[in-house]
Amino acid sequence: MAQLTCNNLTIGYDGKTVLKGLNFSVNSGDYLCIVGENGSGKSTLMKTILHLLAPLEGSVIIENKQHSGGIGYLPQQTVVQKDFPASVLEIVISGCLNRCGLRPYYSREEKQLSRENMEKMGISHLSKRCYRELSGGQQQRVLLARALCAAGKMLLLDEPVSGLDPKATAEMYELIQKLNEEGITIIMISHDIGTAVNYASHILHMGNPYFFGTKDEYLDSSIGKAFSTQDGGSKA
Amino acid sequence: MSILIEKLILYFEYPFVRYALIVGILIALCSSLLGVTLVLKRFSFIGDGLSHVAFGAMAIATVMKLSNHMLLILPVTVICAILLLRTGQNAKIKGDAAVAMISVGALALGYLLMNIFSASANLAGDVCSTLFGSTSILTLTKTEVWLCVALSVVVIAVFLLFYHKIFAVTFDEDFAKATGTKADQYNLLIAVIIAIIIVLAMNLVGSLLISALVIFPALSAMRLFKNFKSVIFCSAILSVFCAVLGILTSILAGTPVGSTIVAVDIAAFAICSLIGGIWGGVKG
Ligand SMILES: Nc1ncnc2c1ncn2[C@@H]1O[C@H](COP(=O)(O)OP(=O)(O)OP(=O)(O)O)[C@@H](O)[C@H]1O
Ligand SMILES: [Mg+2]
Repeated sequence: MAQLTCNNLTIGYDGKTVLKGLNFSVNSGDYLCIVGENGSGKSTLMKTILHLLAPLEGSVIIENKQHSGGIGYLPQQTVVQKDFPASVLEIVISGCLNRCGLRPYYSREEKQLSRENMEKMGISHLSKRCYRELSGGQQQRVLLARALCAAGKMLLLDEPVSGLDPKATAEMYELIQKLNEEGITIIMISHDIGTAVNYASHILHMGNPYFFGTKDEYLDSSIGKAFSTQDGGSKA
Repeated sequence: MSILIEKLILYFEYPFVRYALIVGILIALCSSLLGVTLVLKRFSFIGDGLSHVAFGAMAIATVMKLSNHMLLILPVTVICAILLLRTGQNAKIKGDAAVAMISVGALALGYLLMNIFSASANLAGDVCSTLFGSTSILTLTKTEVWLCVALSVVVIAVFLLFYHKIFAVTFDEDFAKATGTKADQYNLLIAVIIAIIIVLAMNLVGSLLISALVIFPALSAMRLFKNFKSVIFCSAILSVFCAVLGILTSILAGTPVGSTIVAVDIAAFAICSLIGGIWGGVKG
């Protein structure tokens, strides 16, 4: 069953088109990897899917939004003010907010969930530390733990491994795959074409013309052949 | 020392002094709770603009000889808060320019109105007391005190009920929106509460000094603590403490209430910066 459908979608900012006429759908349990050059509109597409940006044309349909138990999101850049006082725990648990509804406090399960996700990301020992005093990679893990708290059925990741060391990168991909096997739909932006091809079930290649299809179709297509032989594409 | 205390006890026989203290504590508490969010969301300029709007509304209320000024000031300020928030979000009109326009406009028109229509002989004194709140807190009527108490309770209740949502929207609005928190509604809520606080605080420190009351405790607390909850607690305690100290000092020394409180706030900020510097230096 299609969990996410984009119909004739045109994305862009303030009436300025970035990409026109996108058509694709993502089924529940899919692992979609979005690839493409810098500035091809990957982040813009993700923001449009999340309704942070209005589509210029066409529509984004997310099935059973209420029953899907929330969408987790890892932004490419989080502009946090330099002097924001927030502990790691406070940030991670804020991912559980969509589970609360109007309840003004976090339940024991939600606290447990955020502890588990910090454990998964290996940041339990940092839980009382101030977010802005962490290293870039540590901050990335905090935001990932928060995204995991919010993810019910779908997880959108914008370059999740940027800033992580090689070991953490490998662990991250393993973790994402495990989540996918548990039934969470993954939509991930990556410049690492090798990984994309390794783990993903579907590929969306942004560009003009764009490509959407399964991994195997992508590898057979001319666009995929050209891109994947460029030694991992443009790894930013 | 004992003379001072005797003098204080004497003053506390008067109901208006007790009212002033109660209202002062409540206002200080409310403004510090939201102050942290205001500073972090870079909304403090909106607070400043709104205080000028409140001044303009006050001038109109005075000219119209309304018996209860709050009835006009409150809705006008709330509406302006909503309008400013809207324009702030609209990328095409520069938010800060809109704020500057509205605030300076309100200030000028307010003064003009008071000048044209005022029957009072001491116009400069009237204007000065609205701007710097020199006496208004000591002339509160019982109704105004109750209105203040009721509004403060509303503000505190809303803050406690929506604490986690306010944190999420303040920390990362995009993430909150993406994961299904209605960030726009909470922004609106925050703006309305700010408007209420500003109208309340006008009684205490006058419209020009409100920003100080809102911003200083938050900034002081942020020097000392590095997580949201502690910062909120600290700024609330600090703000109430400074307000009480300021009000008592002003009663004893006969100084203007508003500026005395702000002076105490500034001193507290200096002390906190110092402690924060030493602490930070020791820790790393
Ligand atoms: N806030 C913005 N306002 C206007 N235009 C923007 C904005 N953000 C991005 N753009 C433009 O939209 C286009 C697509 O940007 P987008 O961020 O989606 O690229 P991307 O594919 O995510 O690139 P990268 O690989 O560098 O992350 C770019 O040409 C960029 O200049
Ligand atoms: Mg991007």
